[in-house]
Amino acid sequence: MVATSSEAPALELRGIVKRFPGVLANDHIDLAVAPGEIRALLGENGAGKTTLMRVLYGLYPPDDGEILLDGKAQRFRSPTDAIHAGIGMVHQHFMLFPSLTVAENVVYGREPQRWGLLDRTAAARQVAELAERYGLQVDPAARVADLPVGSRQRVEILKTLYRDARVLILDEPTAVLTPQERQGLFQILRELASQGKTVIFITHKLQEVMDLADHATVLRGGMVEATVAVADSSPEALCRHMVGRDLLPQLAKVPQATGESLLAVNNLVVLDNTGRRIVDQVSFEVRAGEIVGLAGVAGNGQSELVAAIAGLRSPAAGRILLNQDDVTATSIAARRQAGLAYIPEDRNRVGLALAASVADNLILTGRHNPTLTQRGVLSQAGIERYTTDLVERFDIKIASVREAVDHLSGGNRQKVVTARELAQEPLVLIAEQPTQGVDVGAAESIHHNLLAVRDQGRAVLLSSAESSEILALCDRILVMFEGRIVGELLAEELANDPAAEATIGLLAAGGEV
Amino acid sequence: MNELANLFDAALLSSTMRFATPLLLAALGGLICERAGIFNIALEGLMLTGAFAAVAGSYYAGVLGGVGAAVVAGAALAALYAGFVVGLRSDEIVVGIALNLLASGLTVFLLRALFGVKGAFQDPRIEGLGSVRLPLIEAIPIVGPLLSGHSWLVYAALMLVAIVWVVLFHHPLGLRLRGVGEQPDAAATLGVNTRRVQAAALIVSGMLCGLAGAQLSLGSVTLFVEGMSAGRGWIAVVAVLLGRAHPVGVAVACLVFGFTDSLGFRLQGRDIPSQLTEMLPYVVTLIGLAIINSRRAQQKGLQP
Repeated sequence: MVATSSEAPALELRGIVKRFPGVLANDHIDLAVAPGEIRALLGENGAGKTTLMRVLYGLYPPDDGEILLDGKAQRFRSPTDAIHAGIGMVHQHFMLFPSLTVAENVVYGREPQRWGLLDRTAAARQVAELAERYGLQVDPAARVADLPVGSRQRVEILKTLYRDARVLILDEPTAVLTPQERQGLFQILRELASQGKTVIFITHKLQEVMDLADHATVLRGGMVEATVAVADSSPEALCRHMVGRDLLPQLAKVPQATGESLLAVNNLVVLDNTGRRIVDQVSFEVRAGEIVGLAGVAGNGQSELVAAIAGLRSPAAGRILLNQDDVTATSIAARRQAGLAYIPEDRNRVGLALAASVADNLILTGRHNPTLTQRGVLSQAGIERYTTDLVERFDIKIASVREAVDHLSGGNRQKVVTARELAQEPLVLIAEQPTQGVDVGAAESIHHNLLAVRDQGRAVLLSSAESSEILALCDRILVMFEGRIVGELLAEELANDPAAEATIGLLAAGGEV
Repeated sequence: MNELANLFDAALLSSTMRFATPLLLAALGGLICERAGIFNIALEGLMLTGAFAAVAGSYYAGVLGGVGAAVVAGAALAALYAGFVVGLRSDEIVVGIALNLLASGLTVFLLRALFGVKGAFQDPRIEGLGSVRLPLIEAIPIVGPLLSGHSWLVYAALMLVAIVWVVLFHHPLGLRLRGVGEQPDAAATLGVNTRRVQAAALIVSGMLCGLAGAQLSLGSVTLFVEGMSAGRGWIAVVAVLLGRAHPVGVAVACLVFGFTDSLGFRLQGRDIPSQLTEMLPYVVTLIGLAIINSRRAQQKGLQP
């Protein structure tokens, strides 16, 4: 269903302007989407995608411009108005009530009633009918807390359909999904479009645009950079629109001889809070000059394994060797002293002090650096020099190192964490989801940084939910399932295998290869 | 053995109901707030205000006037609470404590201003709630004295347990209330006005606390004493937590507290020092708090 120009647009935005103090977030944005079309909205962090969608959903009043649905001008003062007009939003962070059932979540605020009371039977029936009609598999009686992420997303979609949404907006819908769940979601979205719904999805991932969308609109600096028919475009072209330049040449991964073992884990067992073995007898090593990838579906022990190595969690059994010294029982400080650096998954809570300045965040781990102190007191001039240098080297886009970190976009925050950890010149770097929620440009620069560590003959352990990232960077790939390493794959063997991602996905789901 | 039989007689059960009712009414109010995501810590002050307003209202306008005044006064004070907590987003604990202090000061002040007395106010013009006798049930051995011969507020409280249960779990309003308490952002994106729901929950809890106060000052006695809520609002707070904000659980918790109250009362006049017997309800409260805490620790352990 590719839109033709003769059809009236289901949704049209005309000259939308939204200003925030000091920022022009949306600068005269025009957008027209046909009924039954799947439109991708692309752009780097801070390009204005989220602001635009919030305007469309009635969360922000626009400073100027018009919203038209089926040719009729609309004024949304609140999400309620937008919902009434037929707009449905699937937020990136799900807006669900975990303790309630699927049916209760869906009908909430618009409940079927019988004799003045909540009619649960009717609710379950209506939800089941909707799910059937659009091919969304979900049990109306299940409690949302018990559902996996993919099903929760289907509940979110059902919520919008129950309210008769004709335009569905999905904000980075695949960020939290496994490859299998992603395919399921795409199928659902195609089905919705084929039944006349208009789908707009925000994403960073070019491949998803190519796979799913009819048209793509690229935003840059608050303006529409381009709107292209996907069939006539390519990931490279889209990327050029997004970043404003070509990406650096393909990641050049020169094969290199590996040296001695810098990180070794022997029969490591980590228990979760109920005493279950969340990491079960895991052994592996990472040698000098290699990147080892840790792949798997979230919740299969990768986080706990990484936390144990980083020193955030005590293992129940087993040993951790850093540069051949046993560090199993040592403190985090001692591990860092011995050459360990860590880019944590949750940059906002673990990786950064959000209220503190970029400079303060950058020197957190550099306290022992002699250039930062003078007679035991922190030297402002030294800090300024040291941090300005890091900001330049890692291309962090900020006005001043005195700026608070919570003003930065996700990509720049992640660059701050990466810069701080790499400034230590670690022997072993643990990078956990280093490019999650980060735009293409920033992700590319982080990837180059990880490769640089490897090429300098040091070791990297990369834990990532993105199989493409793992495949692009790693020399060896360990796949985890239910706390164990269920497969070890060599990058050179997978290099030209088009089914490589599927192989990882299968292993990660507990299958056999 | 004989001693024990004397202790546990029908009158003990009957007074259990009497002691439990103010706790139950206030705790139902606290439960509604808890479900709406507000920790109502002003139950004590709301109840005390209700007790005073009931006596004042009854003095001027008869017993119905008294109950009505208690409900209105509770609702008004709760509306003030809502204004701060929901309207201005102040901290509910800080404002709650302020309201408790306000209530204890205001009732003492009004006692002097309106009736010119200190400490306690008793007057023949104050009409009590009286008691309702249930003709058939009265004759049944144990159940009879347990259920019959109470003020009508006691029966109202029991019915309110059922009503709160039905509304909470089988009415759209209850679903919305629970949603607002669990994920206010999600409720807001579905077009539910979370502030209005929370303010309404607070005001209803104020009305229920007003009734609790009326039972306290017009139920088995007909007088107002300064600070006569005597920590019952706090016990109700504990009952809400102990009963996990479920109407049935909260009712059971209140009956247990009511029983210890009544047992403590009964033990007076025996060889045990009265200071010890009066401690009983509070000791049980402490045990209740310990149970809540250990349960929390366990729940923490269960989270992955």
